[in-house]
Amino acid sequence: MARVWKFGDDIDTDQIVPGRYSPYMTSDADLPKYAFIEFRPEFPKEVRPGDVIVAEDNFGCGSSREYAPLALKRCGIAAIVANSFARIFFRNAINLGIPLFEDPAAVQALNDGDVVELDAAAGRITVGGRTIELRPQPRFVQDILAAGTIADYIRDHGRFPGE
Amino acid sequence: MSRGSTLAEKIIGRAAGHAVQPGDLAVVAVGMAMSVDSIAPSVIKVMREEFRIPKVADPEKVALFVDHVAPACNVSTAEGQAEVRRFAAEQGIRHLYDVGTGVCHQLMIDRGLARAGEVVLGSDSHSTAYGAIGAFGTGMGATDIALAFATGKTWLRVPETMKVELTGQLPAGVMSKDAILHLIGRLGIDGATYRAVEFYGAEDLTAASRITLCSMTTELGAKAGMIAFPQERLAEFGLPEWLFADPDAGYVHAETIDLAALSPQVSSPDDVDNVSSVDAVVGIHIDQVFLGTCTNGRLEDIHAAARILKGRRVAPHVRMIIIPASDDILKQSVADGSLISLLEAGATVSTPGCGPCIGRHQGVLAAGEACFSTANRNFRGRMGSPEADIYLGSPLTAAATALEGKIADPRNYL
Repeated sequence: MARVWKFGDDIDTDQIVPGRYSPYMTSDADLPKYAFIEFRPEFPKEVRPGDVIVAEDNFGCGSSREYAPLALKRCGIAAIVANSFARIFFRNAINLGIPLFEDPAAVQALNDGDVVELDAAAGRITVGGRTIELRPQPRFVQDILAAGTIADYIRDHGRFPGE
Repeated sequence: MSRGSTLAEKIIGRAAGHAVQPGDLAVVAVGMAMSVDSIAPSVIKVMREEFRIPKVADPEKVALFVDHVAPACNVSTAEGQAEVRRFAAEQGIRHLYDVGTGVCHQLMIDRGLARAGEVVLGSDSHSTAYGAIGAFGTGMGATDIALAFATGKTWLRVPETMKVELTGQLPAGVMSKDAILHLIGRLGIDGATYRAVEFYGAEDLTAASRITLCSMTTELGAKAGMIAFPQERLAEFGLPEWLFADPDAGYVHAETIDLAALSPQVSSPDDVDNVSSVDAVVGIHIDQVFLGTCTNGRLEDIHAAARILKGRRVAPHVRMIIIPASDDILKQSVADGSLISLLEAGATVSTPGCGPCIGRHQGVLAAGEACFSTANRNFRGRMGSPEADIYLGSPLTAAATALEGKIADPRNYL
């Protein structure tokens, strides 16, 4: 069983991991401790592997810092479901193998603290006995996630997505 | 259905070796890939450990900068910088710009590393700046930059393009920063997500002003910001003869900004799109004024501030920090006397680089403080305490604000 951590619009990368807490300024090993350290201080203490982030519009806007999605991955976040994602965050998260779903109906149906069961590979999330089929990702995203990460994809396929 | 191409489509098409349409995935040759002290250690690690490629594909197409925390502020950043220097030496990368040379984006443009007509990648979101000189510049994360270092290529989705037409002349007291803040206020911080933004009518602004426009398109969520130079003037700007948008190119959206109607604009906490005319925020108490960054640390920005502050004094309680965007800009502002005007007015100067923009050094904010900055982001906690406020505006507005110690309209001092 996993829980939902719900966020609003325009969660920027400074909220996810402030630049002052980057691995460059602190240490790579400590990165998961700094996820939402100021914006939502209970998050790094209480998040459990398998938990799901749900957010409204434009999740991950701002800088190109890959350590923002990396911190969430190392916290064990199993998927992020949002109305929409900012461009660089989307790319970084997919490269790292974090399943992202753009699905406003699912966002509306999921609330902070909900206990859910997620099957990311099947694109399915169950809450309160109701199963939501998440809107399918674009094919190239599915292919990267099926391989694991972008590095796995390129190793397995011997080419870039779209090549 | 055949139609003409936007600038983004033309550049990506050439770099891919075939025509492209918005929505296509394309694999493209990268003209230059760059990283900076804060991210390059991760890039190096990913290249070696994830992609398992020991050497960069072409050291001439890799650039490295020590600007985000320059000089180092603690042992961790010093170690990271030492690693960047070792990597450059062992890989034969000669485009290493170390402490004091300036902000990556300024140097990418000034030193000719970002070239017109090429796809240029940076491990920093403000790489959209290169559209000001005719490159398709875009920011990516450490993994993508590692892949570009290792292979000389990247893959990307060809963006749709949005057209922004600038008409009229900027009035006195108003700068290109005000135009881009106004656009961000109008469209919102996801107003151009995944899109390229093409500016028309920007060719008669200064080169520095064009960089400010393109740089801040990332604050709209854009993938690239491009200046569309008129076809008949390409030679005048030293641009390739093919680098124009076709008259029948397809745009998903169009906006017009009447520059003549603009007033100085201010972005208030906590999102860049919280924009108003300066009138709405005049009088808000400010503790620190920061003039600098890839957005507004150029010579014309220092000149703008000096124009207001020469012969005057900044308010006694204000800390005014000037950080020129490059060593050349620092030297020019010393040589032409503009910097001494600012020092005599009570400002101080730090090492060319990113300065306190990311809240790591050289002007970190305490709880309860307010900073007026010429940078590009005012997200909560970005410059230090999450209980500090950040206001964004032009160098002219910053100078007037320093003078009064509260947000002020620069038009009163011209």
